Amino acid sequence: MEWLMWFTHFENTKPLALVIFFTVFCAVLFYVFGSDRRSQRLESYKDIPFLDEHQDAKGN
Amino acid sequence: MATTNVVTGGQYNYDVVRKFTIMTLVWGVVGMLVGVYIASELAYPFLNLDIPYITFGRLRPVHTGAVIFGFGGSALFATSYYIVQRTCQTRLFCSGLASFTFWGWQLIIVLAALGDVLGFSQGREYAEMAWPTDLLIAVVWVSYAVVYIGTVMKRKEPHIYVANWFYLAFILATALLHIFNNLAVPFSLTGSYSLFSGAQDAMTQWWYGHNAVGFFLTAAFLGMMYYFVPKQAGRPIYSYRLSIIHFWALIFLYMWAGTHHLHWTAIPDWTSTLAATFSIMLLLPSWGGMINGIMTLSGAWDKLRTDPIIRFMIVSLSFYGMSTFEGPMMSLKDVNALSHYTDWTIGHVHSGALGWVAMISFGALYHLIPRLWNTRIHSEKLINVHFWLATIGILLYIVPMWISGIMQGLMWRAFDDFGNLQYGFIETVIEMHRYYVFRALGGGVFLLGMVVMCYNMIVTIRSGNTRAAA
Repeated sequence: MEWLMWFTHFENTKPLALVIFFTVFCAVLFYVFGSDRRSQRLESYKDIPFLDEHQDAKGN
Repeated sequence: MATTNVVTGGQYNYDVVRKFTIMTLVWGVVGMLVGVYIASELAYPFLNLDIPYITFGRLRPVHTGAVIFGFGGSALFATSYYIVQRTCQTRLFCSGLASFTFWGWQLIIVLAALGDVLGFSQGREYAEMAWPTDLLIAVVWVSYAVVYIGTVMKRKEPHIYVANWFYLAFILATALLHIFNNLAVPFSLTGSYSLFSGAQDAMTQWWYGHNAVGFFLTAAFLGMMYYFVPKQAGRPIYSYRLSIIHFWALIFLYMWAGTHHLHWTAIPDWTSTLAATFSIMLLLPSWGGMINGIMTLSGAWDKLRTDPIIRFMIVSLSFYGMSTFEGPMMSLKDVNALSHYTDWTIGHVHSGALGWVAMISFGALYHLIPRLWNTRIHSEKLINVHFWLATIGILLYIVPMWISGIMQGLMWRAFDDFGNLQYGFIETVIEMHRYYVFRALGGGVFLLGMVVMCYNMIVTIRSGNTRAAA
């Protein structure tokens, strides 16, 4: 269990945290902007607030 | 604009939404009235009238409780219940439990106010309530989570619209914050000892305090923004992908920033630096969200001239941008050395609370109320009057607080040629007096706008009905 001591030093965990968080951020960016098809799908969700307007007109 | 062909009963549960909407107006007037009174007490201390129940120290938490949890909380319950039903295309899960959240939440606000006035306080900012009230909050909040998540789980629309993400984060984070901040050992029905002590206790308090701002007063109201701005503008949000980045970056970064409230105190220096660093990084998602909201009007800027409800929403986003620039700046240690403990902080909080939270709520309520009561707004002219009263009131409030705060900070740190403090404390108080008068005046103008809104909405509601259209 000695290896766990490595995590108790800030000089180790701070750069580790930086690498993890930066990687996750890049992964989110890639997911969101990395593919045209996915981009189109994601952008199509912006219409959801307007999908219920036909119900308004019907009075439901 | 400001009119509707919508609809009430049938598919959705609007009953609980209507109740929360009305209480939003009630608590708005009560909370702001108390705010104006305590602002006047600071300018004219004789207004204490030697009655302990109405001294500044006791009424201040009544003000913050009524506006944050009464006005803001009720607005969030109302809008979240409305949005989750309409974007998930399904009726609210467990109507009985939703009704319980309404009555429970109102009871909490009353109990909190009574406790404050009678002098029972935990001494934790925005969490003054005694432990029995804290337990009730936990029960009501878990019920809220069950209703909200239950509704999301039985949705007919496959995708969960981004506004719901913000509301879900707000519900989850508020539960965590409330429970851990209020861990305590009771010694009587109204008193308890915090489980934490010393610097740990202070850091827990400000982890709660800052994230109450971050998740209660920011993330949740962003959920409101992501639904009502597109609906009122009649066009979808500028970029859905930007909203995803906005959400994850904001949610991740906020949790780390609370310790900037404790700069230059007996906490480890690295925690201060960490909080300041994350506060600066918060500028990016905050402005990303602001730009996303404002750019929704891209190609339809004329609506700003013609639609006072959109004007409320866009000005609220502008204040959001301004206060989320000011906040990170104030979190820098050197700036904080000047600003901390001064009225600058009060000005900053109110540019966010009045400019962002209240203005986006007003916009959402003006959109919502005619739809809930199946009618038209009584008077668009009065919406415009309210808009200008609110805007002028905010400026009359925050500008004197900036001047007063910076002056206070500079006077406190001024030394004479011999190295002694140049000013006595009372000299700073005398200099601040005129700004306190202006602050009370600004609050009064903002309150007047709120009263105008209530009149407009009462007449609107009385002209409507709650029957489902045929």
